[in-house]
Amino acid sequence: MTTTQGANADPVVDDGSTVVRINSVPELIEKAGFIRKQLALGTHRIGGVHIGGPLSATDMAVALYYKHLGFDPANLDDPYRNTFILSKGHNGILLYTIFCDLGLYDWDELLDTYNTVEGNTFGAHPNRLHVKGIEVSTGSLGHGLSLACGVAHANRDKQIPARVYVMLGDGEMEEGSNWEAIMYAASKKLDGIVAIVDFNHFSASFAAGENIVWPNMAETFRSFGWDAIEVDGTDMQAIDEVLSSLPPVDYANPGKPIAIISSTTKGQGIDYMEAAPGAWHIGGLSKEKLEETYEIIDAYTARKLAEV
Amino acid sequence: MAVQFTFNTSGMMMDAKGTITGTILDMVEELPHVVYINGDGTGSGNRVRAAFDKYPDRVLDAGIAEANMVSMAAGMALRGYMPFAQTFGPFLSVRALDQVHNDLAYNDLPVRLIGTHGGITSGYGPTHNTIVEFGIMNSIPNMTMIAPCDANQCIKFLEASLDWPQPIYIRIPRGEEPLVYTEDYKYEIGKAITVRPGSDLTLIATGSGVYNSLQAAKQLAEDGMSVAVIDMHTIKPIDREAIINAARTTGNIITVEDHNVLGGLGSIVADVLMEAGVPARLKKIGIPDKFVPFGYPDELYPVYGFDGPGIAATARQFMQ
Repeated sequence: MTTTQGANADPVVDDGSTVVRINSVPELIEKAGFIRKQLALGTHRIGGVHIGGPLSATDMAVALYYKHLGFDPANLDDPYRNTFILSKGHNGILLYTIFCDLGLYDWDELLDTYNTVEGNTFGAHPNRLHVKGIEVSTGSLGHGLSLACGVAHANRDKQIPARVYVMLGDGEMEEGSNWEAIMYAASKKLDGIVAIVDFNHFSASFAAGENIVWPNMAETFRSFGWDAIEVDGTDMQAIDEVLSSLPPVDYANPGKPIAIISSTTKGQGIDYMEAAPGAWHIGGLSKEKLEETYEIIDAYTARKLAEV
Repeated sequence: MAVQFTFNTSGMMMDAKGTITGTILDMVEELPHVVYINGDGTGSGNRVRAAFDKYPDRVLDAGIAEANMVSMAAGMALRGYMPFAQTFGPFLSVRALDQVHNDLAYNDLPVRLIGTHGGITSGYGPTHNTIVEFGIMNSIPNMTMIAPCDANQCIKFLEASLDWPQPIYIRIPRGEEPLVYTEDYKYEIGKAITVRPGSDLTLIATGSGVYNSLQAAKQLAEDGMSVAVIDMHTIKPIDREAIINAARTTGNIITVEDHNVLGGLGSIVADVLMEAGVPARLKKIGIPDKFVPFGYPDELYPVYGFDGPGIAATARQFMQ
């Protein structure tokens, strides 16, 4: 039924729960490989899909949805649930892909109706009123952390020790509203918030430092009163260790909100996209290119498996 | 419900801003889902500060950061709370407009934004005035836009707002405005109130324009003109029936609003009339698409002709 300790890395789950749980790191890596291939399939079937960002965020999202969130497709409104807010809303396809794999939707529904007037369910940016499992509609950047402040206040008011994970882009950190929320969350000790910056070193147009110079994110978060952890966001073992090590939400002994700076590459796992991240912010794949891309992803996944 | 929404009949002047804050704090005490958020307005030693200390997760102050304030309110609404977020109107309606548009309206969450110093009432000049929010909110899907005419109506509105499922922007003046209503009455969001009947001309007014229109109607009655006054407290959804009825019964309409005449109540009324195909003459009284000089409403309203005598003068000219 419900997770009774939503904040813990190891939620205690009542019998009969449909909470998703993949504990082994190799299996999480294999799942990430599968999700990447399904993203590639979507890029072929749909065309014109945001692909570079979803690929860089895949490993973190898989670690969260298949293990650490305690995501329960059968109890999406569980008041004790951990919350995931996709502040970089243009990665909607990544969540839809995971939701299909978790049985919330079937694949053809996603691939046939994505961003169509007729379907109107799976938009380029996720809409909570149309897509089961989406906590809040996003798309305009720089909103997620503020929304998280509200959810965290609500959880604390009800003494629900649940976490609020917010996934942001590195380019998104240029938005000033983030820094309003970062200052606020630290001031109010909203330590249920975990900001995950998918630092894939590229905005829509520029490489890191090429235009707006991003400060050292971990140091900057710390200077605003947060704890910050840097992790190789392409190393599932490291991601799992970081997410497992988060201290429990304990309102009697509040800590600091936590930032995870997840270092990745835009297009992660598909070498030709990693080499040309600007060209693969949004893209489409031909049938021939798709077959080649499957092989590239399989080889990448095999290398990652060999490393653990 | 245990909250007492008390209609005040004691004085002529009442502070809308203080009344609305006090009533929301009453609601916070009685209704566990009600949240109050201010933006660096939680002064020391007052009731707001006491509630801020008592309810650290339900009476909040976002500081001078309206974007965060609005989205944070949305975040609480996602979890079943009903936040009332109050600060200077321009910073809610213009500065945080992206947050209003996406997090409140697009997500369709029952947050109530209370923009104070509405119209040209701030006394601090155009940066602290708001003459644009009727047009802005009217064109955002899912939004409701309210402009109460006096402090008592703020209480009426708050009571009605508890059952309204969508986001609401409410604009109130600076404080210390005359009461329009001295007897209790039925209030419904989206239903205009005929404050005074009349057969020659209808003044369709909103917010501070209602009291001034009543003053004008009394003056015009002395000239033998029968002038109706409609309190259009809800700008969106507009009460089409009331407008069409006014056109049919008097054929002459003047709109009165402390807002830019472009895109405000007058424009909305004109839309309704044209679409309905009901013939009527229409004159709009409001701010003539310019940034006003520095000054308080008692100094500025006569300049733009929406004090009582100004409205009466326009009406006489219009009816010649």
